[in-house]
Amino acid sequence: MDNTLNMAETKQAEHAAPLFKRLIRMRETGLILIILALFVTMSFASPYFLTWVNVRAMTMAFAVEGIVVVGMTVLLISGGIDLSVGSVTALSMVIAGWLFLNGIDPWVASGLSILACTAIGAFMGFFTTRIGLHHFIVSLAVMVIARGACLLGTGGRPLGLYTLPPEFKFIGQGSIGPIPVVIIIFVVVVIAFDFMLRRTTMFRKVFYTGSNEKAAAYSGIRTKKVVFLTTTLCSALCGVAGIIYMARFGSAQPTFGLGMELNVIAAAVIGGASLNGGSGSIFGAILGAVLLSVVSSSLALLDVSVYWQDIIRGSILLTAVTIDHYLNKKRR
Amino acid sequence: MTDDVILEISDLSKSFGPVRALRGVNFELRRGEIHALAGENGAGKSTLMNIIDGILQPDSGEIRLDGKPVRIASPAAAQTMGIGFVHQEIALCPDVSVAENIFMATTNASRALLMDYHSLTQRAHDVFAKLSDIDPSVLVRDLSISNQQLVEIAKALTLDCRVLILDEPTAALTETEAQVLFGIMRQLADRGISIIYISHRMVEIFDNCDRVSVFRDGRHVTTEIVADITPGDVVNAMVGRDLGDIYPEKQPLSEQSEQEVLRVVDLNETHRFHDVSFCLKQGEILGFAGLIGAGRSEIAKGVCALEGTVTGEVWLNGERLRLRDYQDSINAGMVYLSEDRKGDGVFLDMSIAANIAALKPEQVANRIGLIQADQEETQAAILGRKLNLKCASLGDPVSALSGGNQQKVALAKMLSVNPRLIFLDEPTRGVDVGAKVEIHRILRSLANEGVGIIVISSELPELLGVCDRVLVIHEGRIRGEVSGADMTENKIMHLASGTVPGVAATPHPAV
Repeated sequence: MDNTLNMAETKQAEHAAPLFKRLIRMRETGLILIILALFVTMSFASPYFLTWVNVRAMTMAFAVEGIVVVGMTVLLISGGIDLSVGSVTALSMVIAGWLFLNGIDPWVASGLSILACTAIGAFMGFFTTRIGLHHFIVSLAVMVIARGACLLGTGGRPLGLYTLPPEFKFIGQGSIGPIPVVIIIFVVVVIAFDFMLRRTTMFRKVFYTGSNEKAAAYSGIRTKKVVFLTTTLCSALCGVAGIIYMARFGSAQPTFGLGMELNVIAAAVIGGASLNGGSGSIFGAILGAVLLSVVSSSLALLDVSVYWQDIIRGSILLTAVTIDHYLNKKRR
Repeated sequence: MTDDVILEISDLSKSFGPVRALRGVNFELRRGEIHALAGENGAGKSTLMNIIDGILQPDSGEIRLDGKPVRIASPAAAQTMGIGFVHQEIALCPDVSVAENIFMATTNASRALLMDYHSLTQRAHDVFAKLSDIDPSVLVRDLSISNQQLVEIAKALTLDCRVLILDEPTAALTETEAQVLFGIMRQLADRGISIIYISHRMVEIFDNCDRVSVFRDGRHVTTEIVADITPGDVVNAMVGRDLGDIYPEKQPLSEQSEQEVLRVVDLNETHRFHDVSFCLKQGEILGFAGLIGAGRSEIAKGVCALEGTVTGEVWLNGERLRLRDYQDSINAGMVYLSEDRKGDGVFLDMSIAANIAALKPEQVANRIGLIQADQEETQAAILGRKLNLKCASLGDPVSALSGGNQQKVALAKMLSVNPRLIFLDEPTRGVDVGAKVEIHRILRSLANEGVGIIVISSELPELLGVCDRVLVIHEGRIRGEVSGADMTENKIMHLASGTVPGVAATPHPAV
């Protein structure tokens, strides 16, 4: 009896908070507004900007990387960080490509390659949670090792995979209707992880752990296990991204993904993830990636020099994070 | 010890908002004496010391150094006047050498471009020659805790101090290490340095100090020559306050149940506690008393498998528990409320509702593990009402709440799993008086509902007011048990400071 009474009251209380206010409080809203403003400005500045071809190109540009952003965001929320994402993604291509060239079925080769990347994540998870080293150092070392392994396995040259069967290439190059398969995969991954992160008890433990690891341990959460799993997940998603890239390019490129970690971390942080752990969202991180991609595309369309583009992207990161820092301070 | 007074304090007062920490305190320190300060937590000792060291400024009153009135504006000013303060926590840089640590202030003030390591080490040698054989070139990290304490003292001495304040320096020391420290204190006193020694341990005060001043409730109660009085007199002067009836009624004798909630048999952990056996009956509130570092929290965490590896038996409601980790303990219905609320009790940046759900998020989720926001809110609303939690919205971060309400969130988190036993470590630390009374009443009503309650507290009045029975822990062992008329601050203080030979807890036959 008492239960139902309370339920009714809480429901009411929830409705009392106006939707508008809640929207304003969500950090994603600000990002969406900035992106929309950019879209409007750019569509005036360049007639080409709002064409289907350009929008599609912009989306393709961050879609695969977006899968890595998902892994990185979850890891950041749990309090970790991974610098090795770029080289692990490249290694995924190289392993799968090498296996394929050695006569293994491309699907099996891809599966094995993703497994190998997962194992790399578990390896890093072991060093961070069992030995107690910092994520930064461990992943820095693995970043270098994985890149070395890529170059070693390929002799430094891209592996041309001309005989990949069309149904495999379909992952990276095909479309269902007007929509590229890559984008479909990306959207599915993002929605799935965004939902799980918001709703499941499993991922709630990631927030608890990142927010205050000791308090989480004092709440019975096996925090080492949580961090181990988020570390592993991030590398596994790099493996998946590597396979999609391979299908898209029809080759395995040992030098692919240099500097990817910076883009990916920037996207997650612009989207509200904290390097101290405990906060962040997939949706926000993807918006961060969208923002960076739209800016790049705009600058290219406006014929801004490539060198300037990096300077501008870096400045955007700094501005976004500074603004966010002050907004958060006010909120508290 | 001579009779000339080096430091004289008269009619000193200090308030923090409505709290009057010092009320017209008088104190005098003579040249070359070791002067003990005794008093319970909150009696005003630290406030007084912080004023002498220039960390705090008094509201009124006078401080005289060598007979001249002075104003001590900052710790740096205190240093130039020859006042050194060795804090309870060691604050050294672990990765640089002993010599560099000792001369940190000098180096900071120096205008030289390069470090002169040779002379630094040489000077450090000179300082230590009188103290101990610590090599000034080793890293602080590689020293034992007691030697680190000595480095802190050496650091204070290099500033040519005449007054040295030591705040519970033996809290982290072994008996032998403490004896070495006492020897050094006496040497210093013989050289004419005056030492103010803060300690809770009567034995130390009576073995090593010349005079003792007792504080209670922000007032200076008495100053005596140690040789003229007994530890009992000091304890009596420290306690003896009217508890009033702010505490809930205790369990009537007639209602005492024979049914056991918890039985712990021979719990041991190397280095931390030994041969701990006790039991908790239904409806009763049990207290753990003891000095900080005596092992009270460690025992609670050991029972819950939260920290360390313990041997021994834990029985909950007649069932032997075999816990692999704290998760198992929660599942069995045994939870631990942490003493460090901000550090490990709550998730400050997460919502109140999410905090309350943290022990078992599965409870507010559906079968496939999706958290139902409305269930989460309902759970928080029900528990919040039960504990009279005051907040604008359950979606607010915990950091928006007052200390008392934060503590209620932490307590609601414990209650969310319908526990059968709760360990509460310092349940009212940093909580205002109103919330404190509320929390005490909640504990009593939980006990009446049959939930086992064990309270760990450094505040004796709280233990006396809330608990039906108190176990006193001293150096990792249960030194005694008090209940009923026997339960007095005096008795507990004696047991906790080790001034009376231990009385074994009522032995419980093995099950």
